[in-house]
Amino acid sequence: MLDNARSVVAECLGVGRDEVTFTPSGTHAVHLGLLGLLAGRARQGDLLLASAVEHSAVLHGGVWHTHRGGRFETVPVDRHGRVSPASFGEATAEHGEPAVVAVQSANPEVGALQPVADVAGSLESPVFMDACASTGRLPLPYGWAAAAASAHKWGGPAGVGVLLVRRSARWRNPFPGDERVDERACGFENVPGALAAAAALRASLEEQDGTLQLAAAHTTMTSLLAETVRSIPDTEVFLAPDDRLPHVLAFSCLYVHGEALVNALDELGFAVASGSACTASSLEPSHVLAAMGALTHGNVRVSVGRDTLAVDVRRLADVLPGVVARLRESSGVPR
Amino acid sequence: MTHLGPPRELDCRGMPCPRPIIELAKAIEEVEPGSTIAVVADDPAARVDVQAWCRMRGQRYAGLQTAADGVPVYLVTRIS
Repeated sequence: MLDNARSVVAECLGVGRDEVTFTPSGTHAVHLGLLGLLAGRARQGDLLLASAVEHSAVLHGGVWHTHRGGRFETVPVDRHGRVSPASFGEATAEHGEPAVVAVQSANPEVGALQPVADVAGSLESPVFMDACASTGRLPLPYGWAAAAASAHKWGGPAGVGVLLVRRSARWRNPFPGDERVDERACGFENVPGALAAAAALRASLEEQDGTLQLAAAHTTMTSLLAETVRSIPDTEVFLAPDDRLPHVLAFSCLYVHGEALVNALDELGFAVASGSACTASSLEPSHVLAAMGALTHGNVRVSVGRDTLAVDVRRLADVLPGVVARLRESSGVPR
Repeated sequence: MTHLGPPRELDCRGMPCPRPIIELAKAIEEVEPGSTIAVVADDPAARVDVQAWCRMRGQRYAGLQTAADGVPVYLVTRIS
């Protein structure tokens, strides 16, 4: 049964069956993939270079690497949150040849797709790709040596991650493990979870035409909303030009308290996320927005889903300017 | 305007975001173009948001200093 789930996932993602491993979460797949490539390259070097906008799972993996004596540096991104081969080149000139490079397929906070294949092509080092934000929505980019995905992101169950390791990649288990054959798995796999994850992924593939239509519909929705936000004075819309996730729109409103905005929208029936410091337990603003040099307060991230209707987005676009104006007025902002 | 004097200090210690930026927006109205405001803010978001505000509102970010108590001081020059 597990082999069946593995075959389905491999087919859906266009990889080999023996390149697929089910893990207890996307986060664990990230740690196994990233740290396993570093372990495989231990003789060549210990430098990890990662884009500054990687998911915290990757950044925490980098810090863990430094605690074990390794080196970890982040690579700056542009105003849209996108990293470039040139910035990896500059980081290599400054810090030396990396043992491993980490680049996400897409940024989950602002939706920018990253040029994974271009970065991989410009460097000798193996690339670890966090593909959690895009897998099941977009085909996997090329060029990676190991990658991670998370089933609940494509409509599968929570508690199932997928680790992909290329046959050609030099990967070593970075954790103690046990004496089982598949050292990439952590104990016995969650078989029902893996089956459900595979079925959900296949369902999204079988609806390929539907998926494309859905992506087009989501692009229309987020573009409409972007237009509305741009019509509100003193706002910043984070919509990467060209390649972006169709279903994500993030923006920041000057002088607005992020948590107040999230709560006001919640009262009107809209569930949105925020990267503002006031909504984080750490009281630090989103590292993604900070790396972009973007306004971090008054930040909102809208994600549209399979069940989101155009009329819902239209209603949000209708109420948003009034909500922002009211919050600004209540905080005594100069006009 | 041959002499503009020292920067006007805006003490935003203890203010959570976005309060320091709101105070900056009010204070900039009260100084002449060419004058500088020193925003003293311990809110971690100010590190990013003072510069973002300058970019969005067409004012100039003029650098970072540190107050005697270690709190960051962000310099902003009024352009228009």
